[in-house]
Amino acid sequence: MTVLDIQGLSVSYGTPRGELRALRDVSLSVPERKIVGIVGESGCGKSTLISAIIRLMAPNARVRSGTVRFNGEDLLALPEARMRGLRGTEISMVFQDPMQTHNPVLTVGRQMIDIQYRDKRSKADKLKRAAEMLALVGIPDASARLNQYPFEFSGGMRQRIAIAMALMARPSLLIADEPTTALDATLEVQIIKRLRELQDEIGCSILFISHHLGVIAELCDEVVVMYAGEVVEAGSVRDVFHNPAHPYTRALLECDPGHIKEKTRNLPTIPGNIPDLVKLPGGCIFADRCPQRHDACTEHPVMSEASAGHRAACHLIKARIPA
Amino acid sequence: MSALLDIRDVVVRFAVRGGVFSSAGSIDAVSGVSLSIEEGKTYGIVGESGSGKTTLARAVAGLHHASEGSILYRGQELVNLPEAEFRKLRREIVMMFQDPIGSLSPRLSVKSLITEPFRIQGMKGRDLDAEARRLLAMVGLPPEFAARYPYQISGGQARRVGVARALALDPKLLIADEPTAGLDVSIQGEMLNLLARLQDELGLAIMIITHNLNVVRHITDRVGIMYLGKLVEEGETDTVFSAPRHPYTLALLAANPEPDPDAQLMRIELQGEPPSILNRPTGCEFHTRCPFAQARCSTDVPSWQVAGRAAHRCHFPASWEQDRDCPT
Repeated sequence: MTVLDIQGLSVSYGTPRGELRALRDVSLSVPERKIVGIVGESGCGKSTLISAIIRLMAPNARVRSGTVRFNGEDLLALPEARMRGLRGTEISMVFQDPMQTHNPVLTVGRQMIDIQYRDKRSKADKLKRAAEMLALVGIPDASARLNQYPFEFSGGMRQRIAIAMALMARPSLLIADEPTTALDATLEVQIIKRLRELQDEIGCSILFISHHLGVIAELCDEVVVMYAGEVVEAGSVRDVFHNPAHPYTRALLECDPGHIKEKTRNLPTIPGNIPDLVKLPGGCIFADRCPQRHDACTEHPVMSEASAGHRAACHLIKARIPA
Repeated sequence: MSALLDIRDVVVRFAVRGGVFSSAGSIDAVSGVSLSIEEGKTYGIVGESGSGKTTLARAVAGLHHASEGSILYRGQELVNLPEAEFRKLRREIVMMFQDPIGSLSPRLSVKSLITEPFRIQGMKGRDLDAEARRLLAMVGLPPEFAARYPYQISGGQARRVGVARALALDPKLLIADEPTAGLDVSIQGEMLNLLARLQDELGLAIMIITHNLNVVRHITDRVGIMYLGKLVEEGETDTVFSAPRHPYTLALLAANPEPDPDAQLMRIELQGEPPSILNRPTGCEFHTRCPFAQARCSTDVPSWQVAGRAAHRCHFPASWEQDRDCPT
């Protein structure tokens, strides 16, 4: 069963320079009870993708084509009222910066009661539920701490509170946008571990966005690699990290200093820059930075299967595996 | 060998305004740190948010006042140095700030930004266009960038502009506060390679503040691990990474997720949350979260123990295979 199924999604931004094609023909799916990671560098379209899923797009953004199916319903075609009903109950989000996701002038308890506004239960019940959720994400002495304000919590705790709030309605999909980027290594590990446990317990699916390859490797079941607005590779974490099929994925993995065992003062980089998404080059989007570029690359590659369930958009795959 | 920078027992104290329920007091954001940086070498300071890394760096750059201790730069005392005297030294000690775009004035062109140090230092009679071209070339940006404004450049390019500005006056010591935070891995590599190249060319000493351990492992010669305003372990980078002694160092190293789904990780789980600096634990400040803490850790302050080419402050440090042939 697929919780989220995106097919052929293209999103553009109207800019003074012309149409900026931020997402082009993006397809991906999040199966039930799985954690899918999206990895890619700045400008790859991660944020545009999330805003398209929850339909909170910038005013100058336009969906050109594609469908975003959530439990079978096309989110892009839903009336706004129905969409609002889904947000926070069926689909919820954890944002990057735990320092800015809470209202600084309300107690945590008050905020956790407020977000249960749809429930027709007593305030005492809601407070009890809030305390249970805080305890679930590992905040000690939860009921007492409901009376405290966000500034009285550390960054790691605030991110856990954000997770507790996002999971309060037991959504079927949690979207986490770089939830550990603002945290230190030891807290990052705690949050990842907690997310995994909660996902297991609540039985939701998670779409986890990060540019931290180590975190993706540790947390996710599947991974989708994006580059300059396109999906270039997708598969199980093991396939993609152990046998990357797209040259961009390989370059990205090689660049991660965590991957380099020998101490070096000369770290690998990916030469060149991402292409201008207003004036798109024809052919493969990665061609001008690709060490394995060849004649076929003037043509845009389609996603082809490198192994079962592991696909990448590179001409070399067909060349390597005879049909 | 004489050190370029010698920091001894430095304390940076901030006054805390009393609230309705608490009385006024003070906190030691940096609480007795000693380390020294050799000419042309790179020193990494690692620690969690709030461990005092940036405060220490700012004290060296003269942006915070050290309440106690001594900071010797080439033998000259920086603590209590009058601002007019310090300004002269800012040709030699420069700082690159954390937020790359935020640290560039949005109303100045790149040319004005990178040649501003000449104006501030009253160095007249220089061809600023030529200097701008020289500095841009040094950090690998095309000369056209001189006419751009901060909003027209990317985060990675802004960092390069930050480096160009920091190096305009040919300094001896560069303090880089989180120079790669928020950068993509490929651009992070470019930035670190640039710093390493400039260091070789200009003989710079670099004090780098970061919480990215992979960065520290590759580019630093020595490293200091900070926790709640104090160093808990410090020494040669290779030694600290191959044989960490302090449990906090162990936990930090173990918490570094590897880009390999099958990595066999030795995780050391820390208990609880980092304590507030307002409420510094007694004894060893790490005992409240330490998985190996014993009774005496909450009462006795551990002193420095030298082990090989590193030192740590812990009553029950980890021991390693190579201890047997370690010349301690």
